[in-house]
Amino acid sequence: MLFLIQEFAIPDGERMGHTIEKILSLLPELVYKTGSSSRIIWKRFRRHPGAMMGFSILTILLVTVWLASFSPYDPEKSNITARFQTPTLEHPMGTDALGRDLYTRILYGGRISLSVGLLVVAITLSIGITVGAVAGYAGGLLDNILMRLADAFLTLPSMLVLILLSAILREVDIPLFSRNSVVTIALVIGLFSWMTFARLVRAAFLTLRELDFVTAARSLGASPFRIVISHILPNTIGPIIVEATLELGYAIIEESGLSFLGFGIQPPTPSWGNLLSNAQENFIRYPWLAIFPGLMIFLTIISVNYIGDGLRDAFDPYKVLQQAGEL
Amino acid sequence: MANYVARRLLQAVAIMFLLSILFFALVNLAPGGPLAGYGQARRIPAERIATLKRQLGLDKPIPFQYVVWLVGNDWMKVDLNGDGSPDGPGVRKGVLRGDFGYSFRSRQPVLDEISQRLPNTIYLMTVTMLVALIVAVPIGVISAIKQYSLFDIVVTTFSFAGQALPDFWLGLILIIVFYVWLKNPVTGESLLPVGGIYTLGVPFSIADRLAHLVLPVTAGALGWLAWYSRFVRSSMLDVINQDYLRTARAKGLRQSQVMFKHALRNALIPLVTLLALDLPYLFGGAVFIEMLFSWPGMGLLYYQAALQRDYPILMAVLIIGGVSIILSNLLADVAYAFLDPRIRYS
Repeated sequence: MLFLIQEFAIPDGERMGHTIEKILSLLPELVYKTGSSSRIIWKRFRRHPGAMMGFSILTILLVTVWLASFSPYDPEKSNITARFQTPTLEHPMGTDALGRDLYTRILYGGRISLSVGLLVVAITLSIGITVGAVAGYAGGLLDNILMRLADAFLTLPSMLVLILLSAILREVDIPLFSRNSVVTIALVIGLFSWMTFARLVRAAFLTLRELDFVTAARSLGASPFRIVISHILPNTIGPIIVEATLELGYAIIEESGLSFLGFGIQPPTPSWGNLLSNAQENFIRYPWLAIFPGLMIFLTIISVNYIGDGLRDAFDPYKVLQQAGEL
Repeated sequence: MANYVARRLLQAVAIMFLLSILFFALVNLAPGGPLAGYGQARRIPAERIATLKRQLGLDKPIPFQYVVWLVGNDWMKVDLNGDGSPDGPGVRKGVLRGDFGYSFRSRQPVLDEISQRLPNTIYLMTVTMLVALIVAVPIGVISAIKQYSLFDIVVTTFSFAGQALPDFWLGLILIIVFYVWLKNPVTGESLLPVGGIYTLGVPFSIADRLAHLVLPVTAGALGWLAWYSRFVRSSMLDVINQDYLRTARAKGLRQSQVMFKHALRNALIPLVTLLALDLPYLFGGAVFIEMLFSWPGMGLLYYQAALQRDYPILMAVLIIGGVSIILSNLLADVAYAFLDPRIRYS
């Protein structure tokens, strides 16, 4: 019900007359609940052309990367007789300095880069939501300390810190974390990008915890944990999903940046960043080595950004009115 | 106001201490310890390393080392010849008195290395940001005034693409196009240079300097341009719908005067804060751009230091970077209060 009332809350009352007809044409969607919330959001998301394009590209990308093992070529085995071949039907993106098929390596690199991205999102979500929820619900001194901590992390030149950390961790050799594995890199990046989530969740908690339904839950004897998990958190889901989508993009850029400098994922394991880094020695004569891996990063980031934009609009109740014309 | 600034400064000092402890711990707990990079430079026998450790005070507990790093050791007796017993006052002055020690790689004082590189980075970054802002502001304003026009749609699409372009890839592509493919029709040389600030061995010329700026600035500025034009657009759209603009129009002011005098000035205020908040990312970007274009600045220094684990340099750049970010944030908050009288700090 709250959802429906929000749809009618028009920020500038004066414009009401101007758009009233268009609102009337949208009335069925505004007044009757035409399906579950997720279905309504999906319906609005589908109307965003950029978001649908991004969604399709990312889906195709995920499926191809998932099917990488069907490639006839080995991503790590070198073939000296086939060095630096220009893109042909046989090797759609050419071959590299060791004669390995670049397309196959890009697919396997995509697995690595996308796994790092998804893992970073999971890590930042867990740290960010925990910190934000504790700070926002508890308030007082704890809130103050946690938010100053977030401030301190935000003032860090994060790329420089990531470089220092991964340069140190490159020497570490323990299982799961050896030589900058996917897990190491994701942890390093995640540790320095939870602050946005924490602030977002805290801000939402500050307003939500004062609302009547929380008081009602409390007076019914719900524990603070239950109130946080099953009453407040579900109401913050929209902005969190949007931010998580964008974080996937940032994480992929940061991983490829680190790997490009040589501090991230270590060869022979391919990632989009270290494919670009390898290309640096030979790209003057064999430019495709530099063009294709970067193109994949670019396509992924732009798709993710458009999806984020579409989700933001889909979760924003005012957007229905905006789509009707002006507001 | 003075009260607010004082409180913020105090917080900043506390944050800096926390961060410096964090960095110091990181470097000292790293595998191989702080001398890991030292040994890489040349083969040194184990007993020499042990003597060196005593001379450098690395045999002491880490909290003690942190204090020495911070305030120096010229006020106490230290083991100068490395024989295991203290025999004279130390020579280090500590970070608080501006002594960041010596680079492992070049054996030069860290501060000398940094002061050689810092002006080059400031030069490149200032030009990059100026170019980004000079292009982004008019684009954002026009896009907002003509919302949903063809121009607006093209700009919005391009700024989406611009934000998704990693600067290191853009740099590579620019090198391929303007250095490898395109040639100067007169001399037959590459159209644009890609290394350093000027051509070595050629007398100073503005044209040469500018030519060396084009590619690094383009690679660095495009992402910022995309981001700021989107920001200016949405900030203008917020302002355009405010009542005081309607008042200005009702009083009979020309549209251009309303837009550029009343709207733009207010729309640009949030940009001040944004610039300060973006500074950390500017430092990060400098590493990629300077590395790609062999630009002898702080970013390249940091990258080389990280490759060789030259900890004194890494620590110094991080501390100096952190301090400048904190100060610029504070400055932005103060400037904000002056620019926007609705803001009051108490």
